[in-house]
Amino acid sequence: MAEPLLSVRNLVVEFPTRRGVLRALDGVSFDIAPGEVLGMVGESGAGKSITGAAIIGLIEPPGRIAGGEVYLAGKRIDNLPPDAMRAIRGKRIGMVFQDPLTSLNPLYTVARQLVETIRTHLDLSEKEARAHAIGLLDRVGIPAAARRIDDYPHHFSGGMRQRVVIALALAAEPELVIADEPTTALDVSVQSQIIDVLKEICAERGASVMLITHDMGVIAETADRVAVLYAGRMAEIGPVRDVILNASHPYTRGLMGSIPTLQQDNDRLVQIPGTMPRLNAIPTGCAFNPRCEHSFEKCRVHAPHLIDVAPHHAAACWLAEEET
Amino acid sequence: MLAFIIRRVVQSAIVMLVVALVAFALFRYVGDPINSMVGQETSLADREALRTRLGLNDPFVIQFGRFVGNALQGNFGISYRLQQPVMELILQRLPATLELALVSGLAAFILGVSAGVYTALNRRGVIPSAIMAASLIGVSLPTFLIGILLIWLFAVELQWLPSFGRGDTVTLPGGWVTGFLTSSGRQSLILPAITLGLFQMTLIMRLVRAEMLEVLRTDYIKFARARGLPNRTVHFGHALKNTLVPVITITGLQLGAIIAFAIITETVFQWPGVGALFINSVRAVDVPVMAAYLVLIALIFVIINLIVDLLYYAVDPRLRVERSAARH
Amino acid sequence: MSDTRTPGRLFRMWDNDIAYSFRKSPLAIVSGVVALVIVLAAVFAPLIAPTNPYDPSGLNLMDGFTPPMAPNAFTGNSFVLGADNQGRDVLSTILYGARISLFVGFSAVLFAMVLGIVAGLVAGYRGGWVDAVLMRIADVQLSFPSILIALLIFGVARGFIPPSQRETMAIWVLIVAIGLSDWVQFARVVRGATMVEKSKEYVQAARVIGVSPARILLRHVLPNVMGPVLVIGTIGLALAIIAEATLSFLGVGVPPTQPSLGTLIRIGQQYLFSGEWWILLFPALTLLALALAVNLLGDWLRDALNPRLR
Repeated sequence: MAEPLLSVRNLVVEFPTRRGVLRALDGVSFDIAPGEVLGMVGESGAGKSITGAAIIGLIEPPGRIAGGEVYLAGKRIDNLPPDAMRAIRGKRIGMVFQDPLTSLNPLYTVARQLVETIRTHLDLSEKEARAHAIGLLDRVGIPAAARRIDDYPHHFSGGMRQRVVIALALAAEPELVIADEPTTALDVSVQSQIIDVLKEICAERGASVMLITHDMGVIAETADRVAVLYAGRMAEIGPVRDVILNASHPYTRGLMGSIPTLQQDNDRLVQIPGTMPRLNAIPTGCAFNPRCEHSFEKCRVHAPHLIDVAPHHAAACWLAEEET
Repeated sequence: MLAFIIRRVVQSAIVMLVVALVAFALFRYVGDPINSMVGQETSLADREALRTRLGLNDPFVIQFGRFVGNALQGNFGISYRLQQPVMELILQRLPATLELALVSGLAAFILGVSAGVYTALNRRGVIPSAIMAASLIGVSLPTFLIGILLIWLFAVELQWLPSFGRGDTVTLPGGWVTGFLTSSGRQSLILPAITLGLFQMTLIMRLVRAEMLEVLRTDYIKFARARGLPNRTVHFGHALKNTLVPVITITGLQLGAIIAFAIITETVFQWPGVGALFINSVRAVDVPVMAAYLVLIALIFVIINLIVDLLYYAVDPRLRVERSAARH
Repeated sequence: MSDTRTPGRLFRMWDNDIAYSFRKSPLAIVSGVVALVIVLAAVFAPLIAPTNPYDPSGLNLMDGFTPPMAPNAFTGNSFVLGADNQGRDVLSTILYGARISLFVGFSAVLFAMVLGIVAGLVAGYRGGWVDAVLMRIADVQLSFPSILIALLIFGVARGFIPPSQRETMAIWVLIVAIGLSDWVQFARVVRGATMVEKSKEYVQAARVIGVSPARILLRHVLPNVMGPVLVIGTIGLALAIIAEATLSFLGVGVPPTQPSLGTLIRIGQQYLFSGEWWILLFPALTLLALALAVNLLGDWLRDALNPRLR
């Protein structure tokens, strides 16, 4: 693998509460190569969005990064002063949020929000910025962009608004785009269009994508590699094909079992029994052990680290160690 | 837009008509108007003749119509207590109240919004906590106690500022008596204006703070930060404008409340305004003045409401498309 | 959906959370203690007050203007908080004054509460024109400050009452005026909850089998709104106490023969410039402490019942 664009090492994020400190992320490590699409999956509360927020430096206080490092193109960014981090946001790392209906300020036109973003990061005049903005809207597939740019967000449909959000995230040509469940709030009919637009534009500009979703189907179609999070820890990471076909972590296998496929010979979807533990009640040892049908003594005592099961493919499971 | 304005004006007119009905009922049925005009010795026959002459035996609708017609011309009859035309009494005192309300309203709005934004952006720290604690006391303090406290401190102990009256006034062309143009007039205004504005200021501050904290949690603010916009743009360009949309409505109503609360302030500071006139009328059951005051206050409220609605409409683009009446 | 049938357990959980949050809030504890002390002192005023300020035979005009903790130059009498212009013991007038302030405050809130709950239940359950009319009235009234409404009602009522009875009726007129100016908040909350509850299936079912609306409202809707009603009532009590004090201060409240805290402040204000500060200061502090404590209790209660609003 070439030098990674983004490198996350042992990231720990904690939320102090009145009844003790909650550890939302516990030692998560992964890389994203230039131009690569990394899918990040897991149930709600597994820490996917927190990872995204931590990378871009926008964890809501009182939450904080309690340990680990984040490197962007080899340079550490998790400890930058606020102004330096702000200069990276939007300029080098763009972000797309889940709900396009609430991501845009309802009181300002799309033009104003685009132009202010462009002019924050690029040295352009008002007029040039506007021309650039129209080009962007056109590129993300908004018809009659030159006319519609002066509309307010409520004039657009949900899918169109998410296109505007993508245009905003890509306004300053960032090297990395973090897309946090970009299609969850949309109609099923437009979901794949939005994913296609996002994927195409990023590919054309060579931008890497961190695609956060709980939809394995989207990952299978879009991502190069996939990372599976469970209760704030990395369960498995590897090339999409490998992980789907040869999942090593019982949790990942459970997730794969819940994707309906045409080839499946039995018409029953496998379901993992139980639910993910709450952050204040993570069991000792492997966080997954109470739900795991293969768990044994060691799983209840020691938390597993990531173990290579194949080239570029690792799983945090004691079973994987047994096999190698 | 035009349809919206027309609809609001018609609604306002209906509200005014209802208030006029209440005022008329007050005027006509509280006490016997005849009693307040004639002496004890007047015979029943004379009273009845007077009653007929004044039209008090006419059907209700005709009397009400006459009342509205007179009110539209500014004629609310003669004060029982002062034996002067009511409208004349009110117009004499209106400038004093309006100047007081204007100064304290503006101060309350500017300081309230600033303090609200400041405490919302700086949630921790000694100064914001102190402001919040002080505001809690400010909301609980009765207006008249604030006035007395200020008089005691600045007029009795320090002797810096006058404690009653308007000071020297200047009569402008058109009959408006202003206190703005003399130094004693301006000094006299300070304590009453603080008294009147303090409660509204704390209210606006707490409202702005709560609303702004709400806005700062929204997705579009998070997205604005994720786009790398400077804090100044995020806070004052995006958050503040969204905060002010709901604040405008309540602040507008507060402006009306200021005119009503002027009753208390004017009593404490012996300020020669409409509020003091009203309170004396309530004590003396001077019905024509009470009725006229009711109509006047309602008119001010309706006008403020109308302005607030139009402002709201101008600020929030969503209302221009969706049904503007959906506000409630 | 068994939660509607087990109010007992729910209430206990709710109660425990409240108790927990009370123990955790020093401000709430202090406010609670202050409010309790003033209420108890007011209730037992006849037992603990040094003198009865309304008993003319016990008064000596020579005692007038005696400063606190110092014997009077002529009579040698000494008063803890001084004596007022008529020689009444200030501490005793405060205790008796707080009694009247609290009586008017509690009665007015109770009146507003009953009125608001009934109006809210009827408006929410009946809907239609009853609802429309009641809520229009509420809207219009809400856009005027309640003190103005109270003043107007007070003025009108005085117009109807013959002058000879104005003094004796004043306190009841005051209660009605403040209560009428304050019912809207209750009505709105109760109406909202009623409409939510009305659409639930068990209410529909109960209606079908012919359970009377009154029984549905009392058994199922009312318990659900008691929390918010309590919060509004507590904050309303602070407002009512302030409203009474304000009206009495303006000279349109209780008659001077039955002085409330507001009346005492009105009297005391006349001696601000001549240096007899105690006549004003102590009643003012009492009113302040009472209003602040009740207000803080209401604030705390609102936060405790609805932590999301904090």
